[in-house]
Amino acid sequence: MRPVLVLAPPDNVGVALVELAPGMEVAWEGSALAVCDPIPAAHKLALVPIGRGERVVKYGTPIGIATVDIAAGAHVHTHNVESDRMRGDR
Amino acid sequence: MSETFAGYARADGSVGVRNHVLILPTVVCANGVVERLEREGCGHALVTHQHGCAQVGDDLSLTARTLAGFATNPNVGAVVLLSLGCESNQPDELAELVASSARPVEVLRIQELGGITATLDATRAAAERFRAELDRAEQVEAPWSSLVLGLECGGSDSWSGITGNPALGACADTLVALGGTVVLAETPEIIGAEHLLAERAAEPEVAGELLAVVDEWERHATRTGADARGAQPTPGNQAGGLTTIEEKSLGAIQKAGNSPLVEVVEFGERPSKQGFVFMDTPGHDIEQVTGFAAGGCQVVCFTTGRGTPTGCPVVPVVKIATNTRIAELMAEHIDVDAGPIVAGEATIAEIGEQIWAAVRRVCAGELTAAERGGHREFALPRLWSSL
Repeated sequence: MRPVLVLAPPDNVGVALVELAPGMEVAWEGSALAVCDPIPAAHKLALVPIGRGERVVKYGTPIGIATVDIAAGAHVHTHNVESDRMRGDR
Repeated sequence: MSETFAGYARADGSVGVRNHVLILPTVVCANGVVERLEREGCGHALVTHQHGCAQVGDDLSLTARTLAGFATNPNVGAVVLLSLGCESNQPDELAELVASSARPVEVLRIQELGGITATLDATRAAAERFRAELDRAEQVEAPWSSLVLGLECGGSDSWSGITGNPALGACADTLVALGGTVVLAETPEIIGAEHLLAERAAEPEVAGELLAVVDEWERHATRTGADARGAQPTPGNQAGGLTTIEEKSLGAIQKAGNSPLVEVVEFGERPSKQGFVFMDTPGHDIEQVTGFAAGGCQVVCFTTGRGTPTGCPVVPVVKIATNTRIAELMAEHIDVDAGPIVAGEATIAEIGEQIWAAVRRVCAGELTAAERGGHREFALPRLWSSL
């Protein structure tokens, strides 16, 4: 089974189809991408470096903004991505 | 595949897949009758709820409209209305509406009958009389174009948008191709994906209506002064890999397949068109299923990644697990497992066909997991606080 699913060509994150651990390598676009965080199955992995303030793209559509620089192979989730919709706290 | 299903013809032209006697309180104060009936193990469709009094204006209308839509759902054959007597939400108008739909109806007032025990006896007698009457009804063969299918996801995870929702979307496209209707809802849960649905609108006005309801919800959420995270996505959604509402929404809209969007309706409103319809509801699962029932859906398909027991007093809810782990862990609540898509053991189209086959079996009378478990969740949305 493929370990990572990329849902649309513009995506800069993939979905871990199995649990991934640091040190594992996953094949992506002809090269080996080193996993640098524990990533539970169904969670997201950065396919490329994503800079702070850049959009995180899944399903070919922006799903939020990176709040810090995210390395390729890192876990992408609530600790480094924020929505900018429905934010009454701002 | 059979081109028809056997159901119960109603005077308004709709066709039920169940023929329930519904016991419906007009007000929270009548719940005690229903709770005692339930303890006795009665087989009727039972509702309890928290509202119906100290409400005014649009908030009272929303409660009254929802109860009226629910009482005249195609799956309801007869209604016993339980009233305390002094409530804001008086039962007479609702009773007239039910009677005008050619359904047997009885109004029982606790304050007139002299208390819960007397009302319980009268409820039992009326319900048994109605049951005998309904049991004499002959089923009719109805085309699939008579079916209105609600599309729901709840307790979602990151698999939802990859397995369960696209598979349900394939099922939705099958029903729409047969002339039937599918209803997507949960307005806060299309935020971030609304532009993709608007692009599918059959008419520019429909796109405008969709964007307007999304805008209203976003302004409502912002007025709370809170960060919507925690409610959207919920802690369980986040544990399941969903990071933002945009990501959740992009997965959620896949339940609606690829058909053009033909209409936007209010909470609990009946669609006037056939095809893919959007209903403006909260993301709260139980309020949404209640809205679907009030809007005339005869069946709801509900995908879940975290697992949920949700059912409905009058509408069969077909539960689809988005992953095999939850399908096995919560097997008593699940009807279809979409998990094999992850391992490449089944395609989206194949699971879509399994869901459609489950819907057809349910229309033929097979009970869903939620029906077997006796689940009868019911919730009314409110516009503002009681007075």
